[in-house]
Amino acid sequence: MTEYNFAYLDEQTKRMIRRAILKGLAIPGYQVPFASREMPMPYGWGTGGVQVSAAVLTPSDTFKVIDQGADDTTNAVSIRTFFQRTAGVATTTATSDATVIQTRHRIPEEPLHEGQILVYQVPIPEPLRFLEPRESETRKMHSLEEYGLMHVKLYEDIIRHGHIATSYAYPVKVEGRYVMDPSPIPKFDNPKLRDMAAIQLFGAGREQRIYALPPYTQVVSLDFEDHPFEASKADHPCGMCGATDSYLDELIIDDIGGRMFVCSDTDYCEVRQAAGHKGKDAA
Amino acid sequence: MTPLLSVQGITKRYGPHIGCADVSFDLYPGEVMGIVGESGSGKSTLLNCMAGHLTPDAGQVVFDTRTDGPRDTITMSEPERRMLGRTDWAFVHQHARDGLRMGVSAGGNVGERLMAVGERHYGDIRDKATDWLGRVEIDASRVDDRPTTFSGGMQQRLQIARNLVTGPRLVFMDEPTGGLDVSVQARLLDLLRGLVRDMGLSAIIVTHDLAVVRLLADRLMVMKLGRVVEAGLTDQVLDDPQHAYSQLLVSSVLQV
Amino acid sequence: MIELKNVSKTFTLHNQGSAVIEVISDVSFAVAPGECVALTGASGAGKSTLMRMIYGNYLTQAGEIRIGGLDIVRSEPRDIIKLRRDVLGYVSQFLRVVPRVPTLDVVAEPLRALGVPADEAQDRASALLTQLNIPERLWSLSPTTFSGGEQQRVNIARGFAHSYPAMLLDEPTASLDAANREVVLSLIEDAKARGAAIIGIFHDEAARTRVCDREIDVGRFTPGMAA
Repeated sequence: MTEYNFAYLDEQTKRMIRRAILKGLAIPGYQVPFASREMPMPYGWGTGGVQVSAAVLTPSDTFKVIDQGADDTTNAVSIRTFFQRTAGVATTTATSDATVIQTRHRIPEEPLHEGQILVYQVPIPEPLRFLEPRESETRKMHSLEEYGLMHVKLYEDIIRHGHIATSYAYPVKVEGRYVMDPSPIPKFDNPKLRDMAAIQLFGAGREQRIYALPPYTQVVSLDFEDHPFEASKADHPCGMCGATDSYLDELIIDDIGGRMFVCSDTDYCEVRQAAGHKGKDAA
Repeated sequence: MTPLLSVQGITKRYGPHIGCADVSFDLYPGEVMGIVGESGSGKSTLLNCMAGHLTPDAGQVVFDTRTDGPRDTITMSEPERRMLGRTDWAFVHQHARDGLRMGVSAGGNVGERLMAVGERHYGDIRDKATDWLGRVEIDASRVDDRPTTFSGGMQQRLQIARNLVTGPRLVFMDEPTGGLDVSVQARLLDLLRGLVRDMGLSAIIVTHDLAVVRLLADRLMVMKLGRVVEAGLTDQVLDDPQHAYSQLLVSSVLQV
Repeated sequence: MIELKNVSKTFTLHNQGSAVIEVISDVSFAVAPGECVALTGASGAGKSTLMRMIYGNYLTQAGEIRIGGLDIVRSEPRDIIKLRRDVLGYVSQFLRVVPRVPTLDVVAEPLRALGVPADEAQDRASALLTQLNIPERLWSLSPTTFSGGEQQRVNIARGFAHSYPAMLLDEPTASLDAANREVVLSLIEDAKARGAAIIGIFHDEAARTRVCDREIDVGRFTPGMAA
């Protein structure tokens, strides 16, 4: 413990990141550049999220990490362990007990409450990137609110698939101003972005960008009048807890085509099972 | 009558070199003006200064906007100028690749300007895109194909459709028929003539091809070393050139 | 309708030792509505040059050329273009068109430019092409592939599509057979009857005598040829 500063990063770096976070909160959806540091893990493993978590954690916080909704994947376990060792904070898998939740690719099913902070790991913060590779141009498009191109992407989806096939990292418009990439969460989670009681922070380490949504922010998923946004999920109940309202992972369970659908949010599923809910595949 | 575009004293230097110097003219609604001159005469620099792609060192480019009347587009804010660029102005590049999104379908290319000005009904956007493909003689069945699968002439026509879909009033064209086969050029010229007439477009066409300006342009400016050496009615400048350089230019064209 | 006052023209050949050639000097005459005037004179006298000056195709250095009140010597290009669209027709000896455009559209073009609906303009074009004996099977083809006589007739049909109040005709009956020559002469007579002011160059003396009210010898105004 003594060989590290609290939460690994030095105080000056955390101050710099906090300034970026505050600026992001002041301008919801705007990508704030920050001087991303080398972290003791490879890019793509959540270096942006980890730096944001490091900057907001206090000794009294309770920390939770999920990866695709699960607390027990390698990525989640190693980041949780990282902050246990470098910050000595309490950790939990219970969504309601956590004060800071770092996430990769999901928003917990259980509605978050005021006082919580949700930190997203973001691989590519620029929603316009795949249509316009020039950063100079995309920044201009953001500053001038030229977002026609975003709809071109959705248009292309419809001509190829008959519907908007973008199923994750589905672009949103924040407070009627900035178009934002919500990180690769399934579009099922998009409605949860809106009016959330918790603070939402997005960190992209490799791309050196931080952006944020303050509590109760208006967030609208882009769509067409005749092809409205739909928050879709697999049309099954959870095999373990029987939930019909949660986002599901499909698991292949044998070599003869057997499969089951289970909640991707492990904490949500376990809490429901503990309360006596049972799905058809539960032991 | 108010000119649609009034260009006054446009000067652009590249260090000690002159891009274009002290160019002034008025363009009225429905007029098509050609700018000819050899490579390096400053015609492209002038075009880019007018279209807002380059900032001139001196001069004004006053455009008669729909809402506020004549405005100097050099000094107006960038958002306003870019808004003009996707509503009332259009720019047709010599190379279609510069004016198209090659990774986006033909329909998406045409629809982009519509979406950029706020259209949000997929069916309507697609119908308009398909209609425009028809107007530039591209078969409706190609609406979902990417321009990479199109011939050079088709790409150029697609670029024109993409530019005209929002009903602009002024079109800047930089060598619109350059690099195309002669037979394809003729078809494109005929198409442009029809569109200019039917939509009442004003256009400024930069080219070194005198045959193109004879067929498309009402008026002609001849440029040399960044300066306008002669201007007037197209057929008058071509058939009875007054300036030594214009005479040389006209007499240098190979007769077919 | 057409009025020339002290009109002069020189060509300066900058690339040939800046030679200055005086081609027309001090021409004045007027043509009233319903009148047809022939320009005469030997080859090289400047008949076509004068005609092109009146059309605004050649720049006039001095004098006034008024057509329907507009002095084209001092007019902006857009005014001359408007004049050519509405008032002043010109049938040249050469057909200049965009390749591949169908003959019917070539003939209808002057009306389309005036805002006449496509079907109406094509009806008028069809009537003229029929009158000038251009077989209907050729109408959908570009005239660039036609014979000289056919091109000439397409050119005339195009020139007469709109009822211009003033017309310039450069050898309208050259290279035409008797039947088509008759059609063209009757078109000219019709135009006169509706009040068009016409200036023409006719080598065909019989035609000239039949449609023209008077003759102007351009040789008189040509320096070096008058003597």
